[in-house]
Amino acid sequence: MKNISRSSYALLFIFLLCAPLFLHDFRVALLAKFLCFAILAVGICLIWGYTGILSLGHGVFFGLGAYCVAMYLKLEASPTGIPDFMGWSGIVELPGLWKPFANPYFAISAAVIVPVLLALVLGYFTFKNRIRGVYFSLISQALVVVFVTLFIGKQEITGGTNGLTNFSTAFGISLTNRGVQQVLYFITVGFLLLTVAFALWLTKSRAGKLLMAIREGENRVRFLGYNPTSFKVFVYCVSAALAGVAGGLFVLQVGMISPEMMGIIPSIEMVLWVAVGGRYSIFGAVIGAILTNSAKSFFSESYPDFWLFFLGGLFILVVLVMPNGLVGLGKSVGEKITSRIKKKEKEDVQHEAGPYVS
Amino acid sequence: MKGGAAMEIWASQLFNGLSYSSFLLLIALGLAITFGLMKVMNMAHGDMIMIGAYVTYSTQLIFSSFMPQNMFDYYFLFSIPIAFVVTACIGWILEKSLIQFLYNRPLDSMLATWGVSLILQQIARTIFGAPNVAVKTPSWLDGGLQIAAVTLPYKRLFILVLVGLCLTGLYVYLYRTAAGRRMTAVTLNRQMASCLGVNTRKVDAGAFALGSGLGGVAGCALTLLGPVGPTVGTNYIIDAFMIVILGGIGNLKGTLIGAVVIGLISTFVEFGSSATIAKVVVFALIILFLQWKPFGLISTRSRALD
Repeated sequence: MKNISRSSYALLFIFLLCAPLFLHDFRVALLAKFLCFAILAVGICLIWGYTGILSLGHGVFFGLGAYCVAMYLKLEASPTGIPDFMGWSGIVELPGLWKPFANPYFAISAAVIVPVLLALVLGYFTFKNRIRGVYFSLISQALVVVFVTLFIGKQEITGGTNGLTNFSTAFGISLTNRGVQQVLYFITVGFLLLTVAFALWLTKSRAGKLLMAIREGENRVRFLGYNPTSFKVFVYCVSAALAGVAGGLFVLQVGMISPEMMGIIPSIEMVLWVAVGGRYSIFGAVIGAILTNSAKSFFSESYPDFWLFFLGGLFILVVLVMPNGLVGLGKSVGEKITSRIKKKEKEDVQHEAGPYVS
Repeated sequence: MKGGAAMEIWASQLFNGLSYSSFLLLIALGLAITFGLMKVMNMAHGDMIMIGAYVTYSTQLIFSSFMPQNMFDYYFLFSIPIAFVVTACIGWILEKSLIQFLYNRPLDSMLATWGVSLILQQIARTIFGAPNVAVKTPSWLDGGLQIAAVTLPYKRLFILVLVGLCLTGLYVYLYRTAAGRRMTAVTLNRQMASCLGVNTRKVDAGAFALGSGLGGVAGCALTLLGPVGPTVGTNYIIDAFMIVILGGIGNLKGTLIGAVVIGLISTFVEFGSSATIAKVVVFALIILFLQWKPFGLISTRSRALD
């Protein structure tokens, strides 16, 4: 079994590295976007699949990461030093919040640190009081509503519903250049590789065992002398950081971020990616993110009306019929085949042995 | 004179807050009943509101084309029971076809009901179109009641009365009828109720239908407050979730207090600053409140850990 999983990771990454050779540029750009989502999905897999905490608010962390990088890109794209949308609201001086984001290194580290800080504060105040299960999920969803209304309401600072877009350069290099896009694609693959490696290491470690123990019986973990709160806050922060990284990479390649992309519906769709792939498997999270988003772009290109029915049906199907996702499905099919082969071998052996026995 | 004007503003804000609270209460009650009973958080509850609102809209269309002109003003009174029955039936079907497989899987049930919600919204979009539709308020609800320079709109008074009637009905049902008492018994102790011969499966389906029906009535009330669109339920459902969290599970008194508190706070903060700030303040206050009482305002004490 271990060899199978190792070779499936190897196959996946070889495919991703070769993809630019045989895919059209447009498809590669799409795939790069999906890989950003895959990084985020690994974070959700850690917190939901392994620890059993359902967060319906990861869009916020994704959005914060994306906005941090986007603020830098926007400043670099504004020759006057003040983003165009601020000029429309009559702002003549750059707000203090924006000033440090002129520095790319600050912006990139903020894309990780800001989501982590938010997760730390919210996680500490909820998990400490043993708020869990459905309650935490609803609170995390309310967080999305708060942030989306805040980002839309404070239009003069955040760009409102349109969000931030029209970027030109990063570090003085044009972003629309084909070569730059390819380099960004490979950087994303690299980040995904690092993320997967980190997640596998974490889940194999003692801390990872404890995360699963918290999923199975939080109070027992408490009675064994561990403090589940710190582990839960930790895994929440890790997944927030991954979402922030994903957001930062996303904005570099897609070139826009708006409150709509961090709303309630995207946030819950992120959970669906993991559910489709297989919530208990990191590999599942990665392929779930890629496949679900490919299906989404296929359906919304050809049958936009049909897509929501499909999406809704997918939620129900994944919960009712295949709670272990595609990976679980693959595993059970694989087991069936191997058991049939074994059975057949056994029969063959008996068949061959038949005459001698009688 | 200035003091008097301020008083009037405060009084009318208080009234607006109370009517918003009562509307939220109607939504949250349905959620609280099903969550307290089956530990299933129905994410599609917002769409029951939407369906209720569209039922009202359809009733209005039917009345304006088939009924005599002088009957038109009373369509709204007819639409309330129709909306209740339609949404209760949908809730019952939903419970029988989907929810019953999801007991004891609270997180999964959230995802599955979210899927249902997406499908219902898309169905509404296919039938009624994506743009909002407006429901014409009956003429007897135009205008308002004048009390010492404060005008109380009849629409909002009507919502208050409607919620009051629903609450009374619910109270009588839950504590004075045999079926309602069975429901209360299952909420308190499912296994014991089952041992004493209560058909818990039947009670669950009934409770789900009742909760959905209340959502439908809330949808009727919603048409008095604004236009109706396929995603109209989502705007209010998050507030209703917060009320359930604030109030504590399995306790309708907690839900009542939670609704009044959240409705009043959001109305007053919104009046003092903006709707954006109101959302942030309410969320922060809820998180702070949960530091003090993690299980809500009124929680059933129990020695059980899990």
